Amino acid sequence: MAEAIHPIRSMTPGLRILRALVVVGVVFIALWLGLRVLRDPNTFAAFGPTLSKLAQALVALILGVGGIWALFYAANVIIEALPTRATDFLRPYVFVVPAVAVVGLYLIYPTAGTVVGSFTEVPEGASPLTNYTQAFTDQEVILALRNNLIWLLIAPAASVAIGLAFAALVDRIKNESLAKAFVFMPLAISFVGASVIWRFMYAWKPPGQNQIGVLNAIWVAVGGWLVDLGLLQEVEPVAWLQEIPWNTFFLIAIMVWLQVGLAMVILSAAIKGVPRDLVEAARIDGGSELQIFFRVIVPTIRGSILTVFTTIAIAVLKVFDIIFVTTGGNFDTSVVAVRMYQEMFRFRNFGQATTMAVILLVAVLPIMIVNIRNLRRQGVGA
Amino acid sequence: MRYRTWILLAVVMGMVLAACGGETASTTTAGEATTTEAPGTTEAGATSTTALPVDTTGYDHLDQAIAGDFSGSTVEIWAQWLPESSEAANFTYTLEPFTELTGITVNFQPTPDYETALQVAVDGGNAPDLAQIAQPGKMHQYAEAGSLVALSDWFNTDKLAADMVPAFYELGLLDDTLYGVYYKTDVKSIVWYPVQGFADNGYTVPTTWDELIALSDQIVADGNGNPWCISIESQEADGWVATDWMEDILLRTASPEVYNQWISHEIPFNDPEVLEAADYMSQIWFTPDYAYGGNTYINATWIGETQDPMFAEGGPQCWMQKQAAWIGGFWGENRDALAADPNLPASEWPNKPETDVDFFYFPPIEDEFGTPVLGAADMFVMFNDRPEVRALLEWLATPEAAAGWIERGGFLSPLTTVPNDWYVYPNNQLAEMVAGATTVGFDASDLMPAEVGAGTFWSGMVDWVAANGEGTEDIFQQIEDSWPTG
Repeated sequence: MAEAIHPIRSMTPGLRILRALVVVGVVFIALWLGLRVLRDPNTFAAFGPTLSKLAQALVALILGVGGIWALFYAANVIIEALPTRATDFLRPYVFVVPAVAVVGLYLIYPTAGTVVGSFTEVPEGASPLTNYTQAFTDQEVILALRNNLIWLLIAPAASVAIGLAFAALVDRIKNESLAKAFVFMPLAISFVGASVIWRFMYAWKPPGQNQIGVLNAIWVAVGGWLVDLGLLQEVEPVAWLQEIPWNTFFLIAIMVWLQVGLAMVILSAAIKGVPRDLVEAARIDGGSELQIFFRVIVPTIRGSILTVFTTIAIAVLKVFDIIFVTTGGNFDTSVVAVRMYQEMFRFRNFGQATTMAVILLVAVLPIMIVNIRNLRRQGVGA
Repeated sequence: MRYRTWILLAVVMGMVLAACGGETASTTTAGEATTTEAPGTTEAGATSTTALPVDTTGYDHLDQAIAGDFSGSTVEIWAQWLPESSEAANFTYTLEPFTELTGITVNFQPTPDYETALQVAVDGGNAPDLAQIAQPGKMHQYAEAGSLVALSDWFNTDKLAADMVPAFYELGLLDDTLYGVYYKTDVKSIVWYPVQGFADNGYTVPTTWDELIALSDQIVADGNGNPWCISIESQEADGWVATDWMEDILLRTASPEVYNQWISHEIPFNDPEVLEAADYMSQIWFTPDYAYGGNTYINATWIGETQDPMFAEGGPQCWMQKQAAWIGGFWGENRDALAADPNLPASEWPNKPETDVDFFYFPPIEDEFGTPVLGAADMFVMFNDRPEVRALLEWLATPEAAAGWIERGGFLSPLTTVPNDWYVYPNNQLAEMVAGATTVGFDASDLMPAEVGAGTFWSGMVDWVAANGEGTEDIFQQIEDSWPTG
């Protein structure tokens, strides 16, 4: 770092300012050109429909990641053109202020606006609480809230339990990283992508047709044997996503599939961090493996478990894509976020939409607080 | 470190790709309004767009435009027809003569995610000059917000009213002021059937409701599978097919006044007249063995695949499907053929309209209500008032503006001045059907508030099917309760 700064410091102030201006100019021109290329839908048309999308994605990626780096670099160059004392004073702000400004503009301002909107977007002369009384008496919203609660009770706990079990077991095998890679992979798939995949898993075709859904293919094949053996009268494909109330649990399975990887990776690292002498002491004291796991390892990594649990819980409360893609909220599977989308974009009903958003926010907040506190405690403890 | 960077890059890349993918998915979802309309038959040389004499009588701005007064100016026009779709290509094609005649450049932008894009443009003050709108309710919203140019002041409304099917002219009005000019219509009151299968089994096309039911019973009795192909899964628009059925039947069991009162909520959504229509509907939908695959199939099958069993090897497994003409592109092998080549003319489809699959008019039910037709339509509204924009809107109200698209197929004009011999199958017959209709009912769900028409009416139908037609009164009561107040 010192070597990097030194040559610049040796420049005359005039040269430094010139350099700063040139760098800033180049960065802005490059960004402007890049954005213009992206804005024109026909730029990559020559590549054909598929390749043009890929080319566009690639440019967007380079521009997005490289652009941020370039902006920070440019800002850094500007302050380096200033006297040393000013540079040292300003440098932290160069990195903090944009972040704070972006969070303020894109997060805090809209959040405040949403909260205000939920009280003001009411029919003329109605009470400011109209949206809330309407929401909590609407059968559809109550159903959505109930479903959110089911998701919250099951998805994080299941993800953590499976992830923890896997982390503990995989700790003892040879090809640990390979096994972990398989469980981790779904995490790289977007929610929409995963939901589309699982639509095929749960797909239903009428009896007699080829079952293209994996689950029904297995179900019908196994059922067929049982019928042949005389153990079963008949077997019919199951429309999994229409089976109220089980369909909600089938959708939760998608979330668990997606999140187990996250739980496993973090908990696996935590398990490896448990002091060896602690485990050996327990072993010498005659503890069985199960006792050691539940009484020594789990309490030691409690902090990590809590972090993973709350992180997944927040993702679960906000769940939208999975339901929207698979059932569209039909068959009693709707959740608050889906209601919010429908009110906002289908009905143009801002009052109800903002109210849904506030309900979600209020539900997520306590979990966030637990999460942050826990992280802070861990930071102090370590 | 490098390893981690790559993972990060891979994840970001995945997200970007997923975002792109998601976009494609949302643009291809077949909502009521965005469904790909399959082109009808294309007969080269049937009409030639450029050679048409343009009848401008009564349209002053168009006269001036043809005289070259606005030459060199540009008009921006938006429509929901997706980029790279045959519809967008056909509309571009049909606009060409206007530019040739007037020297006005027409900048047509096919827009994905159309309704949101238009709303954002209007909110942001960048509205296009002209925009297509499928739902009259949207036109009302824009007009009430003061975004639209009122047309009555300068448009020759007498001529328009005389040239157009009255129902469509009236739907362009709000409080007696003209805001929208209808351009393209869709007839929903038709039932498709396999021609060869009907002939082999001696089935004849039913002309009354009783004959329709008798034929359905006959098919079941003959052991020929199930009479009906029905399904309503349509991504986030699940259920709209069922709302079309309700509306078509209500037009046949109640007066047009009741139909309109139902839309405007002057009678409750679950009025006894409506429940009566629901009973008729459930007679077909929920009579055991009538609908292929039962209620599970109805809810689980995507609308483009509804009729697949009609094309099963070894003969049709379901025999009748009520759906607008766009469904032709999805029959049997047509779906794959058109995916490979969107410009494939209907005469070269593997499953051909008219000879392989033909349609009959969805029969009337009660004699006193005659032969109504349920339709939907697209109108153009105006956001920016300039002479050249007026000229284009006037031109869009002439038969010449329909000629190019009619030639390509898949287009039905609301204008009665379009000569019937311009059309090819099935639109020539559909045009006659509309002209001879005692009532033309506009898609009611498009006219109701979105909370109902694109909300609880859709989801209520899904629930009704899930319950296999049980609890009709409760479900219709719930839809009634959801009607927005105030």
